[in-house]
Amino acid sequence: MAKRIFILLVLAVAVSLWPPSEPQAGDLLLAKVTVPKPAKGKGERCVDDTDFMRRNHMNLLDHQRDETVHSGDRTKRYSLKRCIDCHAVNGEDGAPVTADNPKHFCRTCHDYAAVRVDCFQCHASRPAPGGTAERSVGKSDVAALQSYLRELQQ
Amino acid sequence: MTTRRQFLRNTGAFTATLTGGATLIAFAETQAKSDTGGRKTRWGLLIDVARCPDGCSTCVSACSEENGWGDTGNRLTDAQWIRKVMVTDPQSKLSRSLPVMCQHCAEPPCVDVCPTGASFKRADGIVLVDKHICIGCRYCMMACPYKARSFIHEPLQDQKSHAPRGKGTVESCTLCVHRVDLGRLPACVEACAAAGHDAMLFGDINDPESEISKRIAQHPVRKIRADLGTDPGVSYENL
Repeated sequence: MAKRIFILLVLAVAVSLWPPSEPQAGDLLLAKVTVPKPAKGKGERCVDDTDFMRRNHMNLLDHQRDETVHSGDRTKRYSLKRCIDCHAVNGEDGAPVTADNPKHFCRTCHDYAAVRVDCFQCHASRPAPGGTAERSVGKSDVAALQSYLRELQQ
Repeated sequence: MTTRRQFLRNTGAFTATLTGGATLIAFAETQAKSDTGGRKTRWGLLIDVARCPDGCSTCVSACSEENGWGDTGNRLTDAQWIRKVMVTDPQSKLSRSLPVMCQHCAEPPCVDVCPTGASFKRADGIVLVDKHICIGCRYCMMACPYKARSFIHEPLQDQKSHAPRGKGTVESCTLCVHRVDLGRLPACVEACAAAGHDAMLFGDINDPESEISKRIAQHPVRKIRADLGTDPGVSYENL
């Protein structure tokens, strides 16, 4: 009889502990490591869907770099220069931060994933001071284009 | 165990693949040629030494400004993409000052010695370093008879976005490839003209109708160390 009561007791304890109140593996991670929240870039959307870019940006950049260096492809869609221009994050002094700063767009995720990027050993990690890396179109450019078009019409 | 018949069949399939590949390559070549009317562009420079004044270094500072290299306080190791050189004839003592940069050789020794393929010649004749592949061994610096290449010793930041440069890689004059690709002139040529010297001319030396080709055909020009057979893309007039 005592044996039966003991088994019932054990069962009762087991049932009371189910479902386990201990946090699950995912919850543990969430509690200890902050999930990265990369800063929003300029403009409405990225050059491609965000999900696609998250998974494939490295392949796009890798492909673009070979095309640029070897074949002189200067298109801007997937160029690192464009990434840097749109995804610049300003620091406390109001100037865009370099990749030395953990707030840098690339670092927010790469630190989390423990993947080191070596792009910035050679490439600038922020837009050129006093303007974006890509030269913006100014009034003089528009005037030059207009005069050129006028010449064409004559 | 593979029978003799199976072995032969497999080898046959392999040969067929190879033949297919060869056909593809041949096709690609014909297409590349037809794009330029059967003639390949080769960018080059013609420098009129008589118009290059001694003491003027406009081209050097323009290059430095354009590509972001310059004095870092380490004179012995600082990068130098283009330099003014004084040459003197030992007999007549006649001196001339001329700019020397990467000569963009048709047979570049730097490309021959590069162990990784980082040093390469573009289809349009511009000799470059692919810094993604460069391991910084500096064989190319040893091989270059023009002393045109430099090695970066210090970590850098805020490089020019069109001219990435980094510690541990070799670099040299790119003939302002980022400008050439957009149809603009190299910075040195532009600056020399803006300063009123007009000593530098840039163009396609394979196009007989280009200004540079016509000048080369009409005037005696010299190439530095032509005896080495590197066939430089940079020619000097009145040297």
